[in-house]
Amino acid sequence: MIGATEMETGEHALPELAEEKPTPHGLSMVVFSGELDKALAAFIIANGAAAMDLPVTMFFTFWGLNILRKDGPVTFASPKDSTEKMFGMMMPKGAKHLKLSQLNMGGLGTRMMKRVMTRKHVMDLPTLVKTAQEQGVRFVACTMSMDLMGIRKEELISGIDFGGVGSFIDAADSSRISLFV
Amino acid sequence: MNAEELRQLKVDKVVDARGVACPGPLLEAKRAVTGVPIRGVMEVVSSDEGTTEDVPLWAKKVGHEYLGTVADAGLWHIYLRRGK
Repeated sequence: MIGATEMETGEHALPELAEEKPTPHGLSMVVFSGELDKALAAFIIANGAAAMDLPVTMFFTFWGLNILRKDGPVTFASPKDSTEKMFGMMMPKGAKHLKLSQLNMGGLGTRMMKRVMTRKHVMDLPTLVKTAQEQGVRFVACTMSMDLMGIRKEELISGIDFGGVGSFIDAADSSRISLFV
Repeated sequence: MNAEELRQLKVDKVVDARGVACPGPLLEAKRAVTGVPIRGVMEVVSSDEGTTEDVPLWAKKVGHEYLGTVADAGLWHIYLRRGK
């Protein structure tokens, strides 16, 4: 008798489970760009979404990975080769060191923009990154781009996940808003 | 509620977000609402006009009741009743 009940439940469970796929909810974002203005837009949207109680995943790939780099010297578990060292030196070391995508003018435009942001009380990028983490925004660093650009886990800020395209697609599929910045 | 009724509300918590730019006021409202008793009234004061859109939308999304906004001398006072 118990066996029969179990069978019945089993037969009914499958179609019901298939119907019960949760409604897409939340925000997923590919952060591809490593420029100050684009990163600001990405993080303002992410923080706004998190404030509105949406689950948020930010997937950092290519130049976007530089936003997650730590400022200051890092000891590497194994030495970088010359190409990796060159990439590491030429790319901005973290949120504090990004440049504007337009009107950078050798750094002058970026400095002016930062001054105006301070005057107008717009949160700076490092603060937005920290606030996003505090709000539970999930950061995923793309391991393929890390490998390509010679970026190591130890030079990225803590509290982030590592994944590939599958990780982004999984987040995108279960979210309703998906952006590429 | 009209401006007069809003001004006369007993406010449980005032969030001073003057001089803070987007998304600051929204983040401050979210942080502060946990300190407001359920069904209590919170007033967000902002100098950023976008806040008058953002805070009511946030309230609706997360289940608070938006009561209204009073504009006064370049500031916006946004009133909410905490839902949950």
